[in-house]
This record gives sequence, structure tokens and C-alpha cells, in this order.
Amino acid sequence: MTTSLRPEQPVSDDLTSPLEPGRALFTTSMTTLSVVFTFFAIIPLFSVLIYVLIQGFTSLSPDIFTKLPAPAGTPGGGFGNAIQGTLLMVGIAALISVPFGVLSGIFLSEYARDDRGIIEVIRFGVNVLAGVPSIVIGVFAYGVVVLSTKTFSAYAGGFALAILMLPIIVRTTEEALKLVPWELRLGSLGLGADRFNTTARVIVPAALPGIITGVMLAVSRAAGETAPLLFTALFSQYWIDKVGQPTASLAVLIFNYATTPYADLQRKAWGASLLLLILVLAISIISRYVFRRRF
Amino acid sequence: MSSEQLQADQVPTKAVTAYKVRNMAFFYGTKKALDNISVDLPAKSVTAIIGPSGCGKSTFIKALNRIAEAETKVRIDGQIELFGQNIYDPKVNITRLRRRVGMVFQRPNPFPMTIYDNITYGPRVFGFKGNYDEIVETSLRRAALWNEVKDKVKTSALGLSGGQQQRLCIARSLAVNPDVLLMDEPCSALDPIATLRIEELIETLRDQFTIIIVTHNMQQAGRVSQNTLFFNTDESRIGQLVENGPTKEIFFSPKDKRTEDYISGRFG
Repeated sequence: MTTSLRPEQPVSDDLTSPLEPGRALFTTSMTTLSVVFTFFAIIPLFSVLIYVLIQGFTSLSPDIFTKLPAPAGTPGGGFGNAIQGTLLMVGIAALISVPFGVLSGIFLSEYARDDRGIIEVIRFGVNVLAGVPSIVIGVFAYGVVVLSTKTFSAYAGGFALAILMLPIIVRTTEEALKLVPWELRLGSLGLGADRFNTTARVIVPAALPGIITGVMLAVSRAAGETAPLLFTALFSQYWIDKVGQPTASLAVLIFNYATTPYADLQRKAWGASLLLLILVLAISIISRYVFRRRF
Repeated sequence: MSSEQLQADQVPTKAVTAYKVRNMAFFYGTKKALDNISVDLPAKSVTAIIGPSGCGKSTFIKALNRIAEAETKVRIDGQIELFGQNIYDPKVNITRLRRRVGMVFQRPNPFPMTIYDNITYGPRVFGFKGNYDEIVETSLRRAALWNEVKDKVKTSALGLSGGQQQRLCIARSLAVNPDVLLMDEPCSALDPIATLRIEELIETLRDQFTIIIVTHNMQQAGRVSQNTLFFNTDESRIGQLVENGPTKEIFFSPKDKRTEDYISGRFG
């Protein structure tokens, strides 16, 4: 004898019959809501991009790469030194923060696995560091580097940016490594490889695209930071001839120019903003292409 | 081929013991997973380990190459000897142990590299200087994979099918010339045809290696193994070795009621 598994409510046997009006309405309205809110969420992103593009496009010219800043009211001039300074300081920051950050991430994910105490302490420290306002990092770098060397400099700026990048790199490296299947580690250890070989030859290469993405995230963040550079690299009207002197940067240039009452300088600030956006975008696209997942 | 044949012929009929396990108990943290295991595992033959889920058969095999301690905190009491050497002696170099004891896991786990690099990984780690091409070909041939992949050894190992990946993992283990091959349910993620190929492969490797295979599939144990270990849990959920012996005896004339019940499908 077969008992019916059917619920008591009337259910249509016809597979093509529509849902009950209440359910259909709920489904539709929830879908609509999420689409609408998603749309609102991406409005700021696109409006920023489009606005910067419109405002900045007209002030882009070959001159901005090759010329030094001109005084307000004087036509022409560029900000080649600021581009130079941003690249130099982000480069210094990456040189400091990438080895420390990536190795710390490797330590957290691969070596400290069995020691919850150490992991918690380091992770707490990294999270706190990630939450420190960038202006405070600037003041710290001012106290540590600028005061002791008695000069504003590119390496003081790079140092401040490095501290800013460090927690981002540590966290993304750790996450990228954790996504590598545990079986790969067992496979390598099972072949007689030690932990160093397992990590260096199998796990880190497998996680490399994720690690690179994290580094690029940190680079983009650092390239656009103004506050840490205000007290460390300051600004300069001249080309860089050594790292131990005040150095211009795109971010500080934008800050300086945008707050002046002069229309031509404000236009330059828009141009610099657009350039900064392009720079960050280009770095992340190129690096993604170079380090794309090959297997 | 002929030299391998010769080697196989020279194996004395009286089996040499590969693993000698005495009063072994295994703890995950403070929880006892296995108790009072004593057994000899013969060299150059296939030993199957069967038993219901949670009886500790995977745990047992993971103690044989000390891979369990890479996963979590474990403690092992008693003694496990591999060809006369205590593998839990504090002086043991774990790298040397694992080089002699290869392992194949439940899910195929090829490294995200080329087929070639997967095979040469072990030798490279040990700083082998010599003909890598030869190692690749020999290992792939031994794992019955050469003919399928010989034209694409420089392509990603992840492009292979599940069964091919598992044979690649076997080839990768063979590349460092181990004495023992541990297999932890190597066919559980494979379809019947791929399973059959692995079983045929085990058959051909039997003369050269000591193979210990955990399996959920009793027919598989019956097909591939010469000896069988039956594990079960007692009332307090601690794994025990209930019975061991030649596979035929375990299957057709088990001495223990629990073995008989399991074999005849009454539980497990």
C-alpha cells in the first residue's frame, strides 16, 4: 500500500502553472530590491570614474610628464616631478613592505598553524595596524624618520607608505595561502619534501596570483595616500636628484592644487587625479596579466 | 622489463616483513583513536585495510609514514618498525622516512604544475642530478600513464581526468623509488573504469613494492590484496584491529563474528 507524501494544501499537478500570487510577488519584489540596491551601490564608483575622466581629460598633455610645475597664471607646465616622486616612494614602500608582509603571511598560514597563541597575537596586531588612521602613520614616520634625519625625504615617505601597505599584504597573503587545498601540502610532505620546499615550491606558486592581487591592492592604496606624505615627503617644485630631500607626489600635488583658488591649478589637479587612476589601473592590469594563473 | 621480472622472481617465497607494529595506540590530542594494534605487514605484496567508517583505518595508514602529525597534534604509543627500524625513534629523519614510503590520497592531488614537473618534484627536492627525462618516462610507464600523456608532459597536470590524475600521483610517488606505497582509498573519487585501471596498476606494482591500501570497497580488497586487515570500533569508539590474515581466509572463513558480519554486509 502506498501512502501519499503530498501535503494537504492543494498543489497543482500542472508543471507549467504559475506560482501562487503571494509567492510570485515576494520573489519578484526581492529580486527587484537587490537589483536596485546594487545599482545604487555602483553609482558612486562610476560617477567618480566618469567625473574624473571628464574633468581631467582636457588637462592631459605630454607636457605634464616632462615639465615642472608652473606658477599659477603661467600657461603650460606639468608635474613630471610628482609622477617621479609617487613612483619612487611607492617603489620604496613596496621594497620594504612586500618581503615583510609576504613572509609574515607565509608564517601565519604555513608555520604558525599549530600555535594558536602566536597566530592570535600577530593577527590582532595586523588588524590594529590596518585600522590605524593614515595621518597617525604619517605622524609616526615623521617622529621616527624625519626628526632623526632632520629632513623631509622620499624614504621617509616610502617608510610611511610601507607601514600602510604592510597589514594589507599580510592579510591577503595569508588568505591566498589558506585557499590552497590542504591535500597539496600532504602530497608534497608525503613525497618526503620538508616544510620549506613544500611552501616555496608548491604552496606559494599556487597562491601567487592571490598574493600579487594583495600586493597590488596595497600599492594602489599607497599610491593615493596623501596624509602620510604630508609630514614625511612634503612637496617639491623640482626634479628629484637624491632621495634624502623633500619629494613631490601626485597625491600631495592634488591636495595642494585643488585647494588653491586658481582655476588653472585646479584643472591640473583633475589631470593628476586622472593620471593617478590610470597608473593604479595599469599596474594592476599588467601585474595580473604577468602573474595570471598558468595552470 | 626483463630485469624487473628477474627481481620479482628473486623475491623469496617466504615473505619478508615490511612493517612490524607492536602494541600501537594512537591519540588525536587526548582522544584515543586506535588501541593495541599488533600486526606484521609483509613486503612486496598488497595488504588491504577494510572496516566501517570511523574505525581508524585511515589513521592507521597515516601513522605508517608519519603524515598524521603534519595535520594535527597526535601521539603514538607502542612501536612501528619499517624493515627493522623504529620509525618513531626521535633520531629518525622524517624526510628520509617519507621518501621510502610514498602515499596516494583519497582525492587526486596533482600539483598545479606540468605533468613533467609533478613527476620530477620529488627528485628535485632531494637534489637529484641526472636524467630527469628518463625518470619521467620510467615513472609514467610504471604507472601505466605514459602512452596517454607522452605527447603532453609539458602541459598542466590539472588538464588530466580524475583517473589519470590519480595515476599521475602514483607515478609521482614512484619517481623517488620508494619501498612502500600507502594508498588511502585511492579510488573513492573515481568512476568504475578508472578504478579498474588503478587496480590493474596495483597488480603490476605488487612485485616491486609493498602496497598498503585502505578501501571502503570489499570487492576491491578481494581483487587486489593478498592479505587483509579488518578494523572495527569497540563500544567506546576506539578503533581496533579485529582480525588479519590472508585475504581468502578473511573473506571465506573469518574467525571473528564481527568480521563475518561486516563481510556479509550486515553492518558497515
